[in-house]
Amino acid sequence: MHFGIISFPGSNCDRDCLHVVHDVMGHSGRLVWHEETDLSAFDALILPGGFAHGDYLRTGAIARFSPVMDAIGAFAGLGHPVIGICNGFQILCEAGLLPGALRRNANQHFICNTRAHVRVENNHNRFMQRLNVGDVLTLPIRHGEGSYYCDQSTLASLEANRQILLRYSDATGNISTDANVNGSIGSIAGIMSEGGNVFGLMPHPEAASETLLGSTDGLLIFQSMVEPFAFGRARTRDSGLLGVRDG
Amino acid sequence: MNELQTIEKQKNTPAVSDEMLQKALALGMTEDEYRRVLDILGREPSATELAMYSVEWSEHCGYPRSRSLLKLLPKEGHYASVAGADTGGIEIEPGLFIVFKMESHNHPSQVEPKQGAATGIGGIVRDIFTVGARPIANLNSLRFGNIDDPEHGQLARYLFAGVVEGISWYGNSIGVPTVAGEVGFNPSFRGNCLVGAMSVGVVDKDSIASGAASGPGNAVMYFGNATGRDGIGGCSILASHEMTDLAARPTVQVGDPFAEKCLIEACLEALKTGAIVSMKDMGAAGLTCTTCEQAAAGDVGMDIDLDQVPLREAGMEAFEIMMSESQERMLAVVEAGREAEVAAIFRRWGAHARVLGRVRADGILRVSHGGEVVAEMTASSLADAPLYHLPAEEPAYLQELHNFDFKTIAVPANASEVLLRLLAAPNIASKEWVYRQYDHSVQVNTALIPGDGDAAVLRIRESKSGKGIAVKSDCNSRYCYLDPFEGARLAIAECARNLICVGGEPAGVTDCLCFGNPEKPDRFWQFKRAIEGIVEACQYFKMPVVSGNVSLYNETPESVIHPSPLIGMVGVLENVEQHTGMGFQTAGDLIVLAGQTHDELGGSEYMATIHGLEVGRPPHLDLKRELAVQKFVLAAIRSGLVKSAHDCSDGGLAVALAESSIVGGIGAKVELPDTVEAQANIRLDSLLFGETQSRVVLSCSPENWPRLQEIAHAAHVPVSFLGSVGGDRLVVQDIRAQVLRPLVDVPLAQATSAYRDSIRNLMEQ
Repeated sequence: MHFGIISFPGSNCDRDCLHVVHDVMGHSGRLVWHEETDLSAFDALILPGGFAHGDYLRTGAIARFSPVMDAIGAFAGLGHPVIGICNGFQILCEAGLLPGALRRNANQHFICNTRAHVRVENNHNRFMQRLNVGDVLTLPIRHGEGSYYCDQSTLASLEANRQILLRYSDATGNISTDANVNGSIGSIAGIMSEGGNVFGLMPHPEAASETLLGSTDGLLIFQSMVEPFAFGRARTRDSGLLGVRDG
Repeated sequence: MNELQTIEKQKNTPAVSDEMLQKALALGMTEDEYRRVLDILGREPSATELAMYSVEWSEHCGYPRSRSLLKLLPKEGHYASVAGADTGGIEIEPGLFIVFKMESHNHPSQVEPKQGAATGIGGIVRDIFTVGARPIANLNSLRFGNIDDPEHGQLARYLFAGVVEGISWYGNSIGVPTVAGEVGFNPSFRGNCLVGAMSVGVVDKDSIASGAASGPGNAVMYFGNATGRDGIGGCSILASHEMTDLAARPTVQVGDPFAEKCLIEACLEALKTGAIVSMKDMGAAGLTCTTCEQAAAGDVGMDIDLDQVPLREAGMEAFEIMMSESQERMLAVVEAGREAEVAAIFRRWGAHARVLGRVRADGILRVSHGGEVVAEMTASSLADAPLYHLPAEEPAYLQELHNFDFKTIAVPANASEVLLRLLAAPNIASKEWVYRQYDHSVQVNTALIPGDGDAAVLRIRESKSGKGIAVKSDCNSRYCYLDPFEGARLAIAECARNLICVGGEPAGVTDCLCFGNPEKPDRFWQFKRAIEGIVEACQYFKMPVVSGNVSLYNETPESVIHPSPLIGMVGVLENVEQHTGMGFQTAGDLIVLAGQTHDELGGSEYMATIHGLEVGRPPHLDLKRELAVQKFVLAAIRSGLVKSAHDCSDGGLAVALAESSIVGGIGAKVELPDTVEAQANIRLDSLLFGETQSRVVLSCSPENWPRLQEIAHAAHVPVSFLGSVGGDRLVVQDIRAQVLRPLVDVPLAQATSAYRDSIRNLMEQ
C-alpha cells in the first residue's frame, strides 16, 4: 500500500508516521507538502500530529485553507481511507470532513500521557477490523486541545450510525468522568465519517507501534487500514459494552 | 549629525568625554572597558559601535570574568568528542555524533517566566541545529523559591507555573520531546529562578556545520524572523548584572515556536545543499555576535548593510538592529552564486532570506545603515572580550555550617511520618505535574519516559548498531552551597549514576554554571571551586565537557542563589533494548543495596525539610568507590540480571525504596542496617534518610542473586541483601531491635498519594 503523509508547516509527527509505515510495516509512503494537489498516486492518506501553521488562531483553522485540502476532500470523496491523528483530526474537523470540533482540555493544560486507555466501540470498519469491540488499547495522548465537542443532534447521529470508534476509558474498559482525560463529550477519542473512510482520533497510534516504546496497540489500527475491507466480513464480538455512557 | 560624520570628526581624539562614558556605563560597560574601546578604535566610538562592544563584551557573551577558569575543563574522554563554539558532542559509533548543550535563561524567566523559558528553549535548540544536527530531545534543570512558603510561595508558584507553561508551549510546538530534567526549590532562588535548558541532537560527522566564515566575496545571509525591538540589551543589561528592577521586562524576547519549527526544517534542508559555508544562531547579542564571531573564527571580515535586514517596525536605529535579540533568526555565510537556491528553501518554509553583505578578506567588520557607515572595527576586537582575574575568598559562613553538631538533633520518634513528609516535599515529590505538560514521546524514540527511571532513554534511529542514549541533568544546589568543590563533584557523580541505573555508560558532559555576582570574592570562590570540582570528577570518569554556558549575577539585594553548576550528561547504551527502570517488578524479587551506608546527615533533604537546617558538609564522595559501584551496576544490567535500579539521593535509602515501590506499584519489606559496621555506628535517621553517595537499590529474581554477588565481589563492591518485593505496604525493620515493631510501616497507597499529589495540590490550590 502506498501512503501519502501530509506535511503542513508545523506538522511534527509526519516523519514518525512515515517511520511506522515504512520501517515498521514495510509499506511505501512519502511526505506530501501541503501545497501539492495531485494525490492520485496514493492508496491512503495520513494527516499527522503537530501544530500546522503553529495552530495560531485556532487548531487547524489555517491548515484547512492549505492547497492540499481540496485534493484531500476529493480523495476522501472517492472512498479512499484517510486517517487524521491529533492535529490531523483537528484539521479534518475544521475542514468539515468530520463533524464536531476539538476544544481546550478541561484542565486547561497540555496533557502528555503515554499510557492513556481507549476502548474500541465499533470494529466493523476499515480502521478497526483487526480489533474487537470492547478491546482496551494503550495509546499515547499528547494535546492541549483534544476535548471533542459536537451538538446533541450530531452526537445522536454519531451514536446511531456507530461512527464513534474509540472512547477514553480506564485500563479495564470502564468509561467514567475520571477516565475522560480531556473532558470530551461522550468520552469520544475517535470518530469516523458517515461513509466510513475518514477517521480522526486524538491518541497517537504511530507512537504505539513498537515494543520498544511500550505498546503495539496502535499498529493494529494501521494494519487494519492495509487489509481489504468489506462490510459484513469483519469479525464482530459484541461484548455488551456498547451503549455504556459516561457514568 | 549622522554617525559617519561623528566617526570622521572624532578621529584621533581618544579622550574620555563624560557624555560618552555615561552612555557606556548605561549600556552596562565598565570605565576600563570604555577606555579599551577608545584604544582599539583610536577615536570615540559611534553609538552603534558602543552598543556592539557593550553586548559582545558582556559576561553573557564574552565571558570576561569566567573564561580563564573555563579553559581548565577537560575536552577529552573515553569517547571521541568535538567541542565547538556553539555546541559540542560525542561520537557514539564511527561517524555518528550526539551533540548537546545546556544554557541558562534565568534573568529573562524571572522577569517574564513564560516567554523567558520559551525563548530559552528556542535558543538552545538553535544551538543544536546550527551545527547541522536534528534536535531529538530537550531537558530542563529548574530552580525556584519554596512553593509552599507562606510568605513568598505565591511568587514562586507563579514563576514555576509560567516557566513550565513556556517550556510546554514552545517545546511541544517544535516537535522535540522534553524527556528528562530536574526541579529544585530553595529560598535562595526566591529572587532569581534558574532555567537551565538542554538540547540534544544527532548528526553525521560529515554533516557537522562550521561556525567560521570564509571565502571573501561569499554572501552573508540573514534567515528567519524579522528583527524587532525586543531583547535589546538582554545579555548585557539584564543577564550580566544583579537583578534590582523588574522594569527590565522590555529586554525579554518574545518567542514564536512555529517560526522555530520551520527554521529547523529549512536550516537542515539548506545545510544538505552544501552551499552553507558557516552558520550561527542569533541569540544573545543578535547580529553583533553572529557577525563578529563568525568572521573572527574564520579570520575574515564582513560588510553588512542593515537596510537589508527585515524589520518588524519602521524607524529602528542601527544600534537597535545590531543589539536586538529577536528570536528565530540565523546568520550564515553562503557560497557566492548560490544565494537564490538557498533563499528559495527558506522562503518555502515561510522564513525571510536576505543577503546582508559579503565576506571581506581583511578582518574588518563594516556596518552601514541608510547609506552611511555606522560601525567599523576589526571583528576580532569585538570577539576578544577583556579577560579579568578576579579575587576569590572562602565565604565566612562555611566554617560555622561545617562545624554543626548533629548530636543536637534528636532522632525522630515516628519514622513513617518523616518518610511521608519527605515523599511530599517538593524537592522529592513526583514531578508528574510538570512532565505531563511536556510532550515526551514525539519523534517516537523515547524508550524510557519521565518518571519511570533515573534518566530518559532514547533510541537513535540513525545508529547502525542499535545503540541508544541515556540523558539526564542534575545538581544538588544545597551540597554546592555547603561545599562547591564537593557539590560539583557530586553533581557529576550523581548524574553519571543516574545514567548507569538505566543502563547507559556516561560519555560526555555539558555544564550550565549559575552563580552570584563574581565581583564579590566569596561568590567568585564558589565559582572557582565548583569548576575545580567538575574538572577533577570529569578527569576521573574520563568524560569531556563538550559545551556549556555561564550565568553569573544571579542575586538581588535580598537573596543570592545557592551556587548551581547544573550538569547535563549523555550516556551510551550499546543495545537500547537493554534499559532498566526504577520500579520494582515482581513479588518475590530480592531487594539489594550496592554500596554502603555511612553516618552522614549534612546537606540532606531530611535536615532541611524536617529540621529546617542547611548545615554540615555534603556527603563525602570517594571517586574510586563511585566508579566501582557504577561499573558493577552497568555490568549487572548488561548481564540481564537486574529488574530495577534506582540510585539513593535526596531523602536517602528510605525514599529510594519508597520510590521504587511507588513507581512499580508494588510494596516491599526490608531489614536494615545493610552492614555490620553500620549496625554498630549509625544513627537511625542517617540510616533511613542520610544521603551517603555511591549507593544503588537493585532488585533481581532470587535465582540471579548468587551471580549478582559474584559480579559485585569481582568488582570489589559491597552488596547487601535487604529484603523482598511484594505486598501493598512499605515495611522497614531494624534488625538491631529485639522488638517486632517496624521502623517504617506505610501503606503503599498512602506513600503514593503523598508522592504523586503533593506538587499538583500546591499548584492547583
